[in-house]
Amino acid sequence: MLEVNDLHAFYGKSHILHGVHLTVGRGEIVSLLGRNGVGRSTTVKAVMGQVAARGSVKYQGEEILGLKAHEIARKGLGYVPEDRAIFPDLTVRQNLMLGMKSRKPGGRWHMDDMFELFPRLKERADTAGGVLSGGEQQMLTLCRTLMGDPDLVMIDEPTEGLAPKIVEQVGHFLSEIRKRGISVLLVEQKLAIALDISERLYVMGHGRIVFEGTPRSLRDNESVRKEWLEV
Amino acid sequence: MEFFLISLLNGVTYGLLLFMLSSGLTLIFSMMGILNFAHASFYMLGAYFAYQISAYVGFWPALIVAPLTVGVIGALVERYGLRRAHHYGHVAELLFTFGLAFLIEEIVHLIWGKAAVDYRVPGSLEGTLFTLFSTSFPIYKGFMMLVSVGMLLALYGLLTRTRIGLIIQAALSRPDMVEALGHNVPRIFMLVFGGGAALAGLAGVIGGNAFVTEPGMAAAVGSIVFVVVVVGGLGSLAGAFVASLLIGIIQTFAVAIDFSVTDMAAALGIDLAGGSNLARLSISQLAPVLPYLLMVAILIFRPRGLMGARES
Ligand SMILES: Nc1ncnc2c1ncn2[C@@H]1O[C@H](COP(=O)(O)OP(=O)(O)OP(=O)(O)O)[C@@H](O)[C@H]1O
Ligand SMILES: [Mg+2]
Repeated sequence: MLEVNDLHAFYGKSHILHGVHLTVGRGEIVSLLGRNGVGRSTTVKAVMGQVAARGSVKYQGEEILGLKAHEIARKGLGYVPEDRAIFPDLTVRQNLMLGMKSRKPGGRWHMDDMFELFPRLKERADTAGGVLSGGEQQMLTLCRTLMGDPDLVMIDEPTEGLAPKIVEQVGHFLSEIRKRGISVLLVEQKLAIALDISERLYVMGHGRIVFEGTPRSLRDNESVRKEWLEV
Repeated sequence: MEFFLISLLNGVTYGLLLFMLSSGLTLIFSMMGILNFAHASFYMLGAYFAYQISAYVGFWPALIVAPLTVGVIGALVERYGLRRAHHYGHVAELLFTFGLAFLIEEIVHLIWGKAAVDYRVPGSLEGTLFTLFSTSFPIYKGFMMLVSVGMLLALYGLLTRTRIGLIIQAALSRPDMVEALGHNVPRIFMLVFGGGAALAGLAGVIGGNAFVTEPGMAAAVGSIVFVVVVVGGLGSLAGAFVASLLIGIIQTFAVAIDFSVTDMAAALGIDLAGGSNLARLSISQLAPVLPYLLMVAILIFRPRGLMGARES
């Protein structure tokens, strides 16, 4: 349902992506891996219309490159940025409400579903988002995006800096998403959860895709792991 | 005592008027990162429009129509001017608002001339509201206070109780994320800019006849509002509120105080009669300097302002 072809992206004059391609099918979890600074976040931002880009991005067969971010979001694409972008002065509940694209609740998710998935958020429902812990903020930002009822979510490094227990919760959350038929493009650095839950994986290096395949083929391909993933 | 109470009321009235201007300016700044130099020009337009509309259909329709017209002009300025300038960076935006301020001033010259126009308080609001001992408080000042407080409550309600208010609040910190969640942030910017302009216009409608309606009014008020926003802390609505009242009150009191340093020294038994001219200036003569003095002091001792979050 997402098809990216020959994507080039720029920050001012610096050319960051050199013809990235990838696809995500319906109900699939696909991971985009790579070391720091190879352009994974830039890829996701370019798809979301937040970075100037050339090439082609098709969502459900329709070209969306060049649309504004809010138009892209309304087509059903959800985005969870790596810095989480919590609205610090608003409460947890208000943050979640802002995820909804219209006043009326509807779609697959209700606020109660979120509170059920992450009871911690319910306890903190009336707390300002800015004072939550890193893990709580990660849950909040995931749930906030889901409240908009996306059909495909792009999640940028959800496990960065989190304790193993919470990483486990995030993994559980991702499989919950899949159960409801939502596709996921997961950006990660660590192989850990990506190998377990992905159908397919891409590895990026220097603004290009350098490997694509299944978790099994990546496990077997030591040279790719050595050259492009491990430190 | 009566002097104190009346001055306080006058100060609060003026402060609330300043807040009508500074609230829009500070909202626009925190959302879009633009320091809008043309903001006080919308105040001036409000006053002139009200003057013109009053001449045909009276004050009451003008009270509604003039701010709305200014709001629409503000929204158009954002949509077709600022939004384009935005692609060329903050300096382009700043220069754009600068140019706009001059443009509006020249247009006002062309249409209404360089002298003050005769924009008056309507007959139905003339007279005295009450008299405290021997000092009277005019009805119109009471009316100004009523309109300002009404506006303040409406703005507060809008920001805290409505969905669009929530979106605006969120866009104050992360407009990019608000947009990624599917909200039309460019349209919100346009509404906030238009709303800010309408508020400034409303301030012009009720301030233009209380003070004076002339081409210099934008520059005069503009610099004070700028001071308010810096003192309150760029981007802070609460700060703008406190600073508006503070500066409104300080200025009103200072204008009303006739002592000079020499007088004060005399009261302490020190004779400065032969001293410098500076010591003979009365506080009221120093009044225009006080806000700027406060701004400089704030910038030195508390650069982010009373309640500002941003450094700069
Ligand atoms: N706003 C920006 N302006 C200029 N260059 C940028 C900007 N953001 C990222 N870059 C550069 O683009 C390159 C790719 O960055 P990107 O954020 O996509 O990397 P990444 O793969 O997500 O890695 P990580 O998130 O671990 O830093 C980096 O070299 C980075 O320095
Ligand atoms: Mg990244």
